[in-house]
Amino acid sequence: MSDQTLIEPGDAIQPGDPPIVHRYSPATRLNHWITAVTMILLILSGLALYYPALFFLSALFGGGQLLRTLHPWLGVVLVLSFSLLFVRFWRGNLWRSEDGDWVAHMGDLVAGREEKMPEIGKYNAGQKFVFWSLALLILGMFVTGVLFWQEYFAPGIPIPVQRLAIIVHSVLAVFVILVIILHVYAGFWVRGSFDAMVNGRVSAGWAFRHHRKWFRRLVEQSRGGSGRAT
Amino acid sequence: MLDAPRNPAVSNPPTQGFTENLGPGDLIRRSATGSLPPPTRQLTPMAKLIDVSKCIGCKACQAACVEWNDTNPEPEENVGVYTNPHDLTPDMFTLMRFAEWENPETNNLEWLIRKDGCMHCADPGCLAACPSPGAIVQYSNGIVDFDHDACIGCGYCIKGCPFDIPRVSKTDHKAYKCTLCSDRVALGQGPACAKACPTQAIAFGTKDDMKKHAEERITDLKSRGYKNAGLYDPEGVGGTHVMYVLHHADKPGIYNDLPDNPRIPPIVQTWKGATKSVGVVAMGLAAAAVVLHGLFGKPNRVTPEEEARADDIARGDRP
Repeated sequence: MSDQTLIEPGDAIQPGDPPIVHRYSPATRLNHWITAVTMILLILSGLALYYPALFFLSALFGGGQLLRTLHPWLGVVLVLSFSLLFVRFWRGNLWRSEDGDWVAHMGDLVAGREEKMPEIGKYNAGQKFVFWSLALLILGMFVTGVLFWQEYFAPGIPIPVQRLAIIVHSVLAVFVILVIILHVYAGFWVRGSFDAMVNGRVSAGWAFRHHRKWFRRLVEQSRGGSGRAT
Repeated sequence: MLDAPRNPAVSNPPTQGFTENLGPGDLIRRSATGSLPPPTRQLTPMAKLIDVSKCIGCKACQAACVEWNDTNPEPEENVGVYTNPHDLTPDMFTLMRFAEWENPETNNLEWLIRKDGCMHCADPGCLAACPSPGAIVQYSNGIVDFDHDACIGCGYCIKGCPFDIPRVSKTDHKAYKCTLCSDRVALGQGPACAKACPTQAIAFGTKDDMKKHAEERITDLKSRGYKNAGLYDPEGVGGTHVMYVLHHADKPGIYNDLPDNPRIPPIVQTWKGATKSVGVVAMGLAAAAVVLHGLFGKPNRVTPEEEARADDIARGDRP
């Protein structure tokens, strides 16, 4: 039976003792960490502009004027960087039949009964949620942010539109931060995930436990070359 | 009077016995500042009164403003209207706006000239919106002033202002507007525009005196047939320290879109109010939840059995 589970370029099992599973290519990791650093800088500078109690964070950016200059440009970098990630990841994050089942068993996941979870491909429904919500939130934040970017755009935008843009921008920012908290914590809670994005590798056991369909597909690929099951 | 000689705009400034006011102890509001110490004294609230019916459109006020503030507005193209420059700019803090209005009751063409500029709201939207501590301050005499050392040029004040007054400079990236000549007022003088006005259409003094003066003017205007003459001191922003006498106070909009009922825009209030509190609670709870779970929850670890089985599968020892 032909398995449609997606494997991304660079995904492979390297034979050995123990075998090593390659999950993220160096380019993907670089892309991810540029996005992550940009995102953190955006969150810090955004919070400084939003909460007076956190305005002191502007010192990290060389003062208020420099922070005000940098924040929108960091947004541009984020959009470019995330767009590349999007191109890499969108196919693997399409919704599949097992995802609904996975969501239904989320209670088991949190309770530590991962063996009751359905077998899934390279990304689980939680990761897909992070991916798609960040894609939409970043797009929304970029559009609203441009509308009140004082240096280049705001003078040409009606003030009532800017007011709307600025409150939407703030609300979306809260959601972005919530999703980032979820994302970072999930990477910490599921031991081995952080390493996947740092050195690109996971253990066979990790792939087996968390992404079994993807793991099986990689095993098939390592045997058959084409990756097609027979 | 200690802090405010009466009608200082027309009288000459005191030569002695006046100590400079408007220091840090006179602040009643400071942008992005949680706990401001109470002011050390209460200054007499001051106000500028602009009597639109007495204005002859000479622009002496604009010239005086440029002169005193040492700004240098760019000459612009003449597009067939008297308003010049076309809008307030970072170098033009006050602007005579000219409107031609056909009075439907009399069929007369009326030339309405309004001196536009910061209204010095008692409840200033710019200050509410400003994210930079101390970049916008309000003194107990009513003056709302920008501190350019603290201004970061974000333009939030523009979003907060119900009168569309502040302008951010492209040169130094700081916001500018009328200061009500706070530097002159601090020394007992009136604003430069009021000093220069040849018809005394611009008066300056204590807010009480200015209201009394306005009453006289309104009575006079009513006796001349302007039955809707009145004072523009809008409640929605807690009153203003720049007020207008309008001959058609029932229709502020005819004076180049002077707002009927200005107030801090509800979106700005929500953005700076509920959104902030809900946001900090949501983010705080989420952060606390993951920290607690991280400390006390069980990490999701691969078991040795799973590792062994998976290694076997990877090697092909097991399906």
